[in-house]
Amino acid sequence: MAEPKTTGSPTPDEPLLRATDLRVHLDTPRGLLKAVDGVSFSIERGETLGLVGESGSGKSMLVRSLMGICPSIADIHGSVRLDGRELVGVPRKEARTIWGNRIAMVFQDPMTSLNPVLRIDRQLTESMRLHLGMGKKEAGERAIELLTLVGIPEPVKRARQYPHQLSGGMRQRVTIAMALACDPDVLIADEATTALDVTVQRQILDLLQEIQAERGMGMILVSHDLGVVAGRTDQIAVMYAGRMVEHSPTADLFAHRRHRYTEALLGAVPRLDVPRDQRPRAIPGAPPDLVTLKSGCAFAARCTAADDLCREERPELGDELGAHRFACHHPVGEDVAAVEGVESGQPSLMKEATA
Amino acid sequence: MLRLLGRKLLALIPVLFLVTFATTALPDLVDGSPVAQMLGPGSTPQDLKDLEHEFGYDKSLPVRYVTWVGHALTGDLGESLKTRTPVMDGITERFPVTLELAVFALLMALIVAVPLGVWTAAKAGGRVDRVIGGLSSGLLSIPTFVSVFILVYFFANPNMMLAFKPTGWEYISVDFAKNIEFAFLPALALALAEIPQFQRLLRSDMLATLQEDFILTARSKGLSTSYVLFRHALRPSSFSLLTVSGLTLGRLIGGTVIVESYFAIPGLGQGMYQAINGKDIPVVQGTVVVIAIVYVLLNTLVDIGYSLIDPRVRAR
Repeated sequence: MAEPKTTGSPTPDEPLLRATDLRVHLDTPRGLLKAVDGVSFSIERGETLGLVGESGSGKSMLVRSLMGICPSIADIHGSVRLDGRELVGVPRKEARTIWGNRIAMVFQDPMTSLNPVLRIDRQLTESMRLHLGMGKKEAGERAIELLTLVGIPEPVKRARQYPHQLSGGMRQRVTIAMALACDPDVLIADEATTALDVTVQRQILDLLQEIQAERGMGMILVSHDLGVVAGRTDQIAVMYAGRMVEHSPTADLFAHRRHRYTEALLGAVPRLDVPRDQRPRAIPGAPPDLVTLKSGCAFAARCTAADDLCREERPELGDELGAHRFACHHPVGEDVAAVEGVESGQPSLMKEATA
Repeated sequence: MLRLLGRKLLALIPVLFLVTFATTALPDLVDGSPVAQMLGPGSTPQDLKDLEHEFGYDKSLPVRYVTWVGHALTGDLGESLKTRTPVMDGITERFPVTLELAVFALLMALIVAVPLGVWTAAKAGGRVDRVIGGLSSGLLSIPTFVSVFILVYFFANPNMMLAFKPTGWEYISVDFAKNIEFAFLPALALALAEIPQFQRLLRSDMLATLQEDFILTARSKGLSTSYVLFRHALRPSSFSLLTVSGLTLGRLIGGTVIVESYFAIPGLGQGMYQAINGKDIPVVQGTVVVIAIVYVLLNTLVDIGYSLIDPRVRAR
């Protein structure tokens, strides 16, 4: 199961999940909203990507586009390949055999993400019966196994109950069991612990990490909290205004953060190891309106290092996956106005202009 | 469940008291004696007095009421002033006819309106939604006494493919196929009036449900759209529809006068209409009691229905 390659992979070095220039554009009454605008990343088996950003940064829409659950006004472009199989632009019927089966998702709020009128076992078994062709009995037995796996006591009794009879932490364990039902290759956790108590948060994150290691799944941990993803991911992508602004291996990002926004985010994380008079700093201003977004760096208006160059020309992230990528004209650690960012950004900017 | 049923039946007592007392008081509220129409030409005031005495209308209201209740408790609802047959017989003959018609109409309305409601909610704002929305507005504005003519013209026309019976009745216990031939058009006429409001009600509740997070969860499982709509979204969206269905059924049992008259169906509505016209107080009284009981029972059924739809109601 931890073997790197399975079936249907046309190119031998294809990663488990690869998104290339993924764009989610919403046709709103106010105009075109580029919720996700040109995002690329790749995940290998057993690897975890942390996706971080404020609300409205496009991280939720990004993972929803991977699952085919964007609003109907969304237009998705680019490419998402799971084990070599394209998911964007193919008929929904075809992609539905992948969603919930090879790639599955745990949602933010366990109080609302379970159907209140259906029993737990019914909600657990329906994807197994659909994707794996299991009978009612077989799926029911597996549902009990799954509930046991995610640490639910008295699984037989719980399976017969309704969501309102379970606590919040328990319900989130159920949604994790639901996501794991078909033994997916990729698990997405969209703010999966945000709505839970701090103590329960940790348990759930540990559980996710444990199961991932056991099964060699690829995982995407979405959070607005850098602290949550810090110790649990292999790579981190920081999103702002629908684009990745910094993307790098986790250790590298924390050791040498380059983007001004990443730095501001880190400054906003409350810490126990700093004196009490040093409060976490909120980032001034608000995220930009994505409909009226102009050229230039989207963070420029809130950035302390912004100059005319930032306001006129959008810095580019670079194409080399796996390297430490950042889209900033004046990255942290180069306080003298550096030309490096511009130079590395120039070619891809031109490429986009002609595309 | 039993306690719920008991509570509902207790609630029936004051309702029954009010409606029966009011109908007993009816003769005191209108001019003329209820038995006056039974007399032939050339009768004397003494004849009227005798008849009033025979039917007990010479007694005071409380006495009349207590007497009526006493008899009613033994299953005797009195005698029709017109036909001089027991009221109970008329009701047991007419009630099943109206009940069948009302249930048939309700089922027809639901069978059409539920898929339409789900469909228009799923495609809200789209062409299908707008077309069906327009059609249902149109349907809503056609009164029953117009739609019956249209229906009879198209569906009870020997020149057309579908030749249902335009008037008359056959009891379901006698011949089922014939019964459907007679019942289809009146039931459809009743259903047509309910379909638009059922569809709209379900559409708006569905729209709210489709915004819920658990719908996203269901979709993320790779389930088909129709599965998500019918197996995940429909049940939590059907509370208002259930409530209105119960009320509608009660209303149909109590007042299908137009349709029953037009199609010459020997149902409760027609019987009631004739009784009111003929000041046949005992028949009115008996029918009202039956309708009141049916209303309360239907309400109880609706309450039980809530708990079937939503487990959270059961816990309360």
